Amino acid sequence: MKEWSSFVGFVVKEFYHIFRDRRTAAILFGMPVIQLLLFGYAIRNEIQEVKIGIADLSRDAVSQAITDKLLSSGTFVLIKNLQSPAEIEGAFRSGAMSEAIVFEPASGKEIQREGSMDIQVITDGSDPNVSRIVTGYTASVVRDYLSEAATTIGAPKGVVPVPLMMFNPGLKSVYLFVPGLMALILMLVSALMTSISITREKESGTMEVLLVSSLRPIQIIVGKVVPYFLLSFINVVSILVIASLVFGVPCRGSVVLLMAESLLFIITALSLGMFISTITGSQQVAMMISLGGLLLPTILLSGFIFPVASMPLPLQVISNVIPAKWYLIIVRAIMLKGASFAVLWQETLVLAVMTVVLIGASLRNFSERLQ
Amino acid sequence: MRVIGFLLQKEFLQIFRNKGMLPIIFIMPLIQLVILSNAATFDVRNVPFNLQDLDRTSLSENLSEQFTGSGYFQLTGESSTSSQALDVLVGRNADLVLVIPEGFEKELMRGGSAKVQLIINAEDGFSAGVIQGYTNDIITAFNRDLIPQLPGSAVAAPQPDIIVRSSAWYNPELVYVDYMVPGILVILVTLVGLFLSGMNVVREKEIGTIDQINVTPMRRYQFITGKLLPFWIIGLGELTLGLIIARVAFHVPMLGSYWLIYLVAGIYMLVVLGMGLLISTLTDSQQQAMFIAWFFMVIFTLMSGLFTAIESMPHWAQNMTLANPVRHFVDIMRRVMLKGSGIREIAVPLAILTADAALLITLAVNRYRKVSD
Repeated sequence: MKEWSSFVGFVVKEFYHIFRDRRTAAILFGMPVIQLLLFGYAIRNEIQEVKIGIADLSRDAVSQAITDKLLSSGTFVLIKNLQSPAEIEGAFRSGAMSEAIVFEPASGKEIQREGSMDIQVITDGSDPNVSRIVTGYTASVVRDYLSEAATTIGAPKGVVPVPLMMFNPGLKSVYLFVPGLMALILMLVSALMTSISITREKESGTMEVLLVSSLRPIQIIVGKVVPYFLLSFINVVSILVIASLVFGVPCRGSVVLLMAESLLFIITALSLGMFISTITGSQQVAMMISLGGLLLPTILLSGFIFPVASMPLPLQVISNVIPAKWYLIIVRAIMLKGASFAVLWQETLVLAVMTVVLIGASLRNFSERLQ
Repeated sequence: MRVIGFLLQKEFLQIFRNKGMLPIIFIMPLIQLVILSNAATFDVRNVPFNLQDLDRTSLSENLSEQFTGSGYFQLTGESSTSSQALDVLVGRNADLVLVIPEGFEKELMRGGSAKVQLIINAEDGFSAGVIQGYTNDIITAFNRDLIPQLPGSAVAAPQPDIIVRSSAWYNPELVYVDYMVPGILVILVTLVGLFLSGMNVVREKEIGTIDQINVTPMRRYQFITGKLLPFWIIGLGELTLGLIIARVAFHVPMLGSYWLIYLVAGIYMLVVLGMGLLISTLTDSQQQAMFIAWFFMVIFTLMSGLFTAIESMPHWAQNMTLANPVRHFVDIMRRVMLKGSGIREIAVPLAILTADAALLITLAVNRYRKVSD
């Protein structure tokens, strides 16, 4: 009983530590909200506005019709009427436009005579992503034009594909990125906080005081983690509320399951922070590892922005040790596909095993320090 | 000058004395550069694909062969009902289900057209768009051969055909690595510079050694110079190692001039360090300083146009990125390395960076008072 009350006292002390420092407390609660709001709007994959230059060397009805169709789609903005293809280079280098469309001379007459015509689409490949997207947009406008033309002359249509976009009919990238942001924010905040708070005690020498107290090592560690666990949980709730109210991300599966999985992920992240703090004695090193070492891998290898399936095989293997990857699969499956636990038990198991390993390793490191 | 020399010596000793810090400053970022640059790709390859052929005629088989033989898709199974198809998508066993309805061949031969359904997992809207693009290519090619054999094609006028030839300049194969390495390198240099300088002064405050420095006759500018110069040198050293890796390991082209890169990097490091120093003088603990540095680092990284294009952002966010130094340096690095832009073409972002540097350093110097509160 006495042991229990000293444990409670310790947890209360930890809470004081966090909330005494108003600025840090404000950052901890405010930061995830601000980031989610900002990124939810800004991190997109659809391109709003493609700046194009058009070199219409054929100047006929067909090139005019396609130009009109491009500009009226709302996606393309004409920056420049190019007199010759030689002007493209300069415009690309200064970054003024990202795509040039060249209608070859006499293309319209060709299309009537021989039934074929060439359009050159030149993109600025130094951004392969934009380059690929805008080429696709242009091709689809041309395809629309062609299929309308085919309908007017009454030719058979052949096989007509009817695409059905499951789970996200509007192809909104918000649906993809909001779960990713959840994983990123939770991972970094949780790992950073625990790793700092434990190394801080080491650095200032108060860890020795704790160690000679009646608290057992496991109690010290748990006591350190509990406040951050609650804090992160509040962050999860606020993130989910914003996701659904502001961004309209649906939650098709069970909210309870989503919460439970989020709690598991928070524990994984906290134990990672704990593990970092047991392998180093200085706040600086702990912070550099949990910030410098986790930021990019969590963004790049979790599937947050870049699909894991497209990565080279060795990286796909490495991505398996990134906890955020598994959490992301789980969150997306629950929120977008309405998946149940029966589908997700493997991913959950991976996270659970990671947590156990991290806690075990930290406890071992921690008790070694005692001797 | 001598005073600054001593302070420099002290700072370098402090950095290199901490054995745990060295690998973190130099090795961790470079390992990340080598590994992560390959991860950043939007290519969509080997899409797992499920076939639901309810027609089972030679024409339907021909169509599904076009899919399996295209190189884009990998057949992972077949299904026969729509609920089976849904299970396959939820269980992540396929991202595309091709449904060829019963009577497909008959309808084509009689009416000249027939529908097929493509059920695409659009969880990732971008990849779904790419997958749809692949299917369009396949079906367009299939139709080109098929339509002349269909009834009605002889009476209609020849169908117009427009061929879109696309080419990408500077990077014809659309290699992501060329584009990512310069950007990731910028992030890593920023990360190290911002965190090291952000923790520095506040650490002296926390330990109490700042008072010892305050009582010395050292002047403010000497103190600031002595604090910033080591990290400036480390930052440029890190950039150099990164550029060597970019050249040797990734064969990223270098069309512009290295001098220009170093000129910009020298100014850019002042922005980063000025910001770190400002954070450091405004906070009372390393923990606080790190949270703030982290907050800005995440925003700078995600809003830099490194991973997702600036053009995709709403207008207000695009305007916000103008204040993001990472955006400008990433932009300059890419332009100089991949397009060979010269100083005139990068004048605008360079001017913004210079103004940022002047502003932040002035603020930091003014904020630092030689008295403890």
